[in-house]
Amino acid sequence: MLLELKDVKTVFKTEKGEVTSVDGVSLKLGKGETIGIVGESGCGKSVTSLSIMRLLGKNGSIKEGEIRFMDKDLAKLPEAQMRGIRGGDIAMIFQEPMTSLNPVFTIGNQLTEAIRLHTDMKGKAADEYAVEMLKKVGIPRPEAIMKSYPHSLSGGMRQRVMIAMALSCNPKLLIADEPTTALDVTIQAQILNLMKELREETGASILLITHDLGVVAEMADKVVVMYAGQVVEETDVFTLFEKPLHPYTQGLMKSIPHIGSDADETLASIPGAVPPLTNMPKGCRFHTRCAFASEKCLSAAPMLLTVQEGHQVRCWMAQEPEIWKTQEEEAV
Amino acid sequence: MTTAERSPAAEPLLRIEGLKTYYPIKRGLLSRTVGNVKAVDDITLDLYQGETLGLVGESGCGKSTIGRSIVRLENPTDGRIWFDGEDITDRSMSDLRGARMKMQMIFQDPYSSLNPRMRVQELLAEPMRVHGVAGGAELETKIDKLLDTVGIPRSYKQRFPHEFSGGQRQRIGIARALSLNPKLIVCDEPVSALDVSIQAQILNLLKDLQKELGLTYLFIAHGLGAVKYISTRIAVMYLGKVVEIGTKEEIFANPRHPYTQALLNAYPVPDPRKRGQERIVLQGDVPSPANPPAGCRFHTRCPFVQAKCKEREPILRGGDHAAACHFPLAAL
Repeated sequence: MLLELKDVKTVFKTEKGEVTSVDGVSLKLGKGETIGIVGESGCGKSVTSLSIMRLLGKNGSIKEGEIRFMDKDLAKLPEAQMRGIRGGDIAMIFQEPMTSLNPVFTIGNQLTEAIRLHTDMKGKAADEYAVEMLKKVGIPRPEAIMKSYPHSLSGGMRQRVMIAMALSCNPKLLIADEPTTALDVTIQAQILNLMKELREETGASILLITHDLGVVAEMADKVVVMYAGQVVEETDVFTLFEKPLHPYTQGLMKSIPHIGSDADETLASIPGAVPPLTNMPKGCRFHTRCAFASEKCLSAAPMLLTVQEGHQVRCWMAQEPEIWKTQEEEAV
Repeated sequence: MTTAERSPAAEPLLRIEGLKTYYPIKRGLLSRTVGNVKAVDDITLDLYQGETLGLVGESGCGKSTIGRSIVRLENPTDGRIWFDGEDITDRSMSDLRGARMKMQMIFQDPYSSLNPRMRVQELLAEPMRVHGVAGGAELETKIDKLLDTVGIPRSYKQRFPHEFSGGQRQRIGIARALSLNPKLIVCDEPVSALDVSIQAQILNLLKDLQKELGLTYLFIAHGLGAVKYISTRIAVMYLGKVVEIGTKEEIFANPRHPYTQALLNAYPVPDPRKRGQERIVLQGDVPSPANPPAGCRFHTRCPFVQAKCKEREPILRGGDHAAACHFPLAAL
């Protein structure tokens, strides 16, 4: 395993007390694998990735759990060593490429900074390598782009620069947090293709965070579905789309108006909204929005259990279909 | 499409003819106009009572500017707009009031389109008071009814916008638009800022309201999924021009413009078994609307470009399913 999270719990200090954003998340990512983390805003998918990078700000901290990455526990690594890993062995690209590039430095400046920090290349060699990286991500006129500022590039070009920067130090793990959400569809297709090519070429593992199930279907080997800070379902991508077991996953699948679907029927929607972190419902966290919620779901929180080889679900209905059925009949 | 091709009885509710909206580019000490960003460049569209026209395209194609020009949040540079049988192009702001009552707008960002200092009750009462539609006790009952219509509990009347989730805020935005009994609602990316499960709720609500109240929508979006779900007809835009228009079924089944085809193709399909299928990925970025390419505006990115495309601009033709292309794709 390249990366393994074990019961990671990340908390933030707020005015209203401590808030748990990520509550006991475990996941494994092998070499060359791509894992997709799916969920709506506020479900903790971004905080999970920021925990791996330890970019939690002064109010956030990893309270419990381990983050094993190449025989190290990133949760406990001293900051100085962590700095060597960020941008080196683990690189990250963000949703908004404008805010993640510094507007007052040239592209070349920012690109060579990472190269100088994490490799032995200096001066001219670093410049040449940077140009080569820009070429690799499909940027036309790379020499000219080296001298330009972020504002003069389009969104797609900026994201290419970010990818070039992330890949310049040959990372073993690339964390992509909604890498195409801010881009137009035709540009999104370009960037996804680019990521696939580079994955094949470098053999890097990818942790892909997205709310777009289409992107997941296109890119991921394994998928983790998160809801309210917890993993609610985890399986390989084919099983997830063929036979989703958690009612939340099923709801997500049905509520997407995709271009292949029949437009005349009413879209299935998940009623209500994600509960606030400060006020989590008792029992199963999804029961307030679940169409199948029974007595048990209101009082007892289900665990994430394996129901089939490589398929884990946090739902009473999926775990105890027989018991749940009889309960349902009694209720009727 | 011209009215002559329709049955003579069907008068369009909204008709825009040759609409141009340019933004001047000013430079230098005297801020002289050195050029124009041609956001909307010669667009003719008809919108019939009770239908939904979906307007799609990538960022910067001018789709929002059309919506804003119709309700006169932008001043058109040229062209005429008829609404409900009257020419409203040259009306002054005060003369426009009556027409504006009947055309309302829903915005993309429900966080910035509601005044944070007003309670829900005031937010809903304001338009009715301004237009003298209702007052006193009648106003109260109307507000209650509006809240029922959009599915917000009446008891939330005294709350402020920040106390609501994104989906609920969008519902309040819809209630506000409905308060004046409009005929036409311009929906400018109404679900783009919302989570998928919430998107479905809002799309369903809009569809139900249309059935119930006989509303006409101009539905602006960049996501084809939502557009397919809600529209009767679809217009595809590229760089300030409509490149293809037709019924939803026609556009999706037989796209005739290469751009429409590429756009349909660029969407990642939420089915992992379909990954790796050959896709047309457009190269490059959208050119600047300040300096659009000569000839067909799409020729710089078109996979089927020929010499003629670089010289002559194609016109939109083809009756009910029209495309602006010298070499339209043959129906399959």
